[in-house]
Amino acid sequence: MPLLEIENLTVSFQTAGGQFTAVDSVSLHIKPGEIVSIVGESGSGKSVAMLALMGLLPWTATVTADKLSFNNQDLKTIAKPDLRKIIGSKMAMIFQEPMTSLNPCFTVGFQIMESLKIHLGLNRAQRKKRAIELLELVGIPEPEKRLSAFPHQLSGGMNQRVMIALAISCNPQLLIADEPTTALDVTIQAQILDLLLKLQKEKGMSLILITHDMGVVAETAERVAVQYAGQQVEKQKVKGLFSNPHHPYTQALLNSLPERSKSKILPSIAGVVPGQFDKPKGCLFSPRCEYATDKCRTVPPVPAGDEQGRALCHYPIENGKPTNYPEEVNS
Amino acid sequence: MFLYFLKKLGVILPTFFGVTLVAFVFIRLLPGDPVMLMAGERGMSEERHAALMTEMGFDKPVIVQYGYYLMDLARGDFGTSIITKRPVLEEFGALFPATVELSVCAMILAILFGLPAGMIAATKRGSTFDHTVMTSALTGYSMPIFWWGLLLIIFFSGILGWTPVSGRISLLYYFEPVTGFMLIDSLLSGQDGAFASALSHLILPAIVLGTIPLAVIARQTRSAMLEVLSEDYVRTARAKGLGPQRVIGLHALRNALIPVITVIGLQVGVLFAGAILTETIFSWPGIGKWMVDSIFRRDYSAVQGGLLLIAAIVMLVNLAVDLLYGLINPQIRHTDS
Repeated sequence: MPLLEIENLTVSFQTAGGQFTAVDSVSLHIKPGEIVSIVGESGSGKSVAMLALMGLLPWTATVTADKLSFNNQDLKTIAKPDLRKIIGSKMAMIFQEPMTSLNPCFTVGFQIMESLKIHLGLNRAQRKKRAIELLELVGIPEPEKRLSAFPHQLSGGMNQRVMIALAISCNPQLLIADEPTTALDVTIQAQILDLLLKLQKEKGMSLILITHDMGVVAETAERVAVQYAGQQVEKQKVKGLFSNPHHPYTQALLNSLPERSKSKILPSIAGVVPGQFDKPKGCLFSPRCEYATDKCRTVPPVPAGDEQGRALCHYPIENGKPTNYPEEVNS
Repeated sequence: MFLYFLKKLGVILPTFFGVTLVAFVFIRLLPGDPVMLMAGERGMSEERHAALMTEMGFDKPVIVQYGYYLMDLARGDFGTSIITKRPVLEEFGALFPATVELSVCAMILAILFGLPAGMIAATKRGSTFDHTVMTSALTGYSMPIFWWGLLLIIFFSGILGWTPVSGRISLLYYFEPVTGFMLIDSLLSGQDGAFASALSHLILPAIVLGTIPLAVIARQTRSAMLEVLSEDYVRTARAKGLGPQRVIGLHALRNALIPVITVIGLQVGVLFAGAILTETIFSWPGIGKWMVDSIFRRDYSAVQGGLLLIAAIVMLVNLAVDLLYGLINPQIRHTDS
C-alpha cells in the first residue's frame, strides 16, 4: 500500500505570454519508509511538483492530476482546512535556502513551538520540552539557549537543522527535502544529508529528496525519478540507473559526473532546458540529445515499459546503446 | 541600543537648530509688523510706532534679535506672546491637548482602516477590492483638505444634520478640564450626553484629518505586504499548515510593518500641517488654529515658539519610530548595537 500516490500530475501557470506547463504528467508512488530521489537540473519542475502536492503554489498555478492521494486521503478534493492539518504534520517539507526560509522576526523556539501548538495542541511546558528535544535531535548544541535565538544569529547549516527540526516536529510520515544542501558549504552538506538519513531511519518516515547532485542520489536513495523540462523521463532503482540508464538525458547526466569522466575535459550537456517560448515539437530533450533523429524532433515519445525505466524516449538506451535505432541517421 | 539612541539624537539637535533659524527668518519676511497690526485701522504716528518697536526690541538688527532669541531658548524660555502677553509655552500647552486629541483620533482611524485595507488588497491582488481601495486611496491622497472638509460639512452637517459644524462640544455642557482631552473629560464629568456630544464634534474633523494618512498607510501596507508575501518564510509558514490569518496577520505582517511604521511616523508631520487647515475649517481650538491666528497678528514670538515646539514633537515621534523598528525586527536591533 503506497503512502503517496501521484498520477499524471500536471501544473501550469498563467503567465503574460500564455499558459506555461511547468510539470507535465508526472507520476510517483512512495511506499512507507522509502527514500526516493527526484533529480534534474534547474527549471525541470522538481520543486513545483512537490509544492503542488503540498498545496503551496500561488493562485496563478493550475494543478490537475488523475490521482493525488496521501495515506488514502484524496488531496485533489480535500478541503483546505483539512489539508492544513496534514501539511506540516504528516507531510512536511524543507527548503533550499535555510537563511531565508525562517522568519527573521521570530525566535527559532517560537517557530518550532508554533507547529507543536497547532498540530499537537501541546501546552507551553510540553512545547518547550519537545522543542529542546527536537533541537538536540538535529544536533544543535546548547538547545535550550538556542530557543531564544533569531535566525540571523545562526549559520546556514544551523538554520537548516532548525528547518529539519521544524519539519519533523510532528513526526511526519513523509518528508520532502527540496535541495536541502544546495545553499550550504560542502562540509556542512554531508552533515545535513547524514542527519536526514539518520532521522529517516529512526523515524521510519518516507523521504523524497529533490536534488541535482547525482552523487547525493547514489549515496542515499533507493529509487530515482529523473525529470527534464517538467516531464518525468526515467524512473529506476538507483543501482539500475547508475549501471544501465535508459534515457539519453540520464546517460548524459551520469557521463558528466567528474568521477566517471575518462577524458581531461569534463563532458557537459550543451544547451539549456527549454522554456516557455522555445519548447521543441517532439521530444523535449531532442535539441540537446546526441542520438536525436527527425522523428525525435517532430513526434513526442511515449514512455517505454517498466523494464526500461519508463524512459520517455523513442530509442531507449540499453547498456549504453539506443535500441530500435535506425541504421542510417540523417542528423 | 543606547548608542543607537545617541546617534539619532545627534541628528535631531542640528535639525532643531535649523528650525529655529527658519522660523525666525520666515515670520519676519512677511510684510507688516506686530505694532502696525495692533494699531489697527486708525494707524499711529511714526514716532509712536518707532518707540513701540524699540520697546519690543524690534529696532535692533535681525541677527542680534536672533542671538537674544537663542539665548532665551537656551534658558528654556520660548518667549512671550506680543498680543496676549502670556508665555508662548503656556498658551501652547493649553491648546495642545485639543490638537493631540484630534490627531490621535485621526491617526487611529487611518490605521484602523488603512492597515486592513492594504493587507486585504495585497492578498487579493488584482481583484475588484484591490482596485477600489487603491483608486480611493489615490483620490483621498489628492484631495485638498479644506475642500474635502467643506464637502463633509455640507453633506453631514448641512444636508443630513447628523453632526455639528464646529467646536469641540455643545455649549450645553460645561466642566473644568482635567486632562484637556474632551472625550476623556466628558466621561469624567459624568454628565449625560456629554461624551456623545464630544464624539459627534470630533468625528468629522478626525475623518478629514485622517484621510491623507489613511491613503498613504493603505498604499504602503499593500506594497510592503506584496513584497513580503513572496518571501520564503511565508512559504514556510504555509508549509507548517498555518491558516491564512496566521500566515498573513502574523508572519507576513510583522515583516511588512517596518515600512508602514516609517510612513506612520512621517505622517505625524503631515498631521500637524493638516491640523492647521482642519482646525480652521472646524473652528477647533487647537494649536493649528492658534498658529494661523498668530501669523495673521504677526505675533512673532508665538509663531516662532509654536513652530519650534511642533517641529520638536514631530522629531521626537520619529525618534520613537526609529526605536520601534528594533522592537519589531530583531535584525535591526542586533546590527546597531
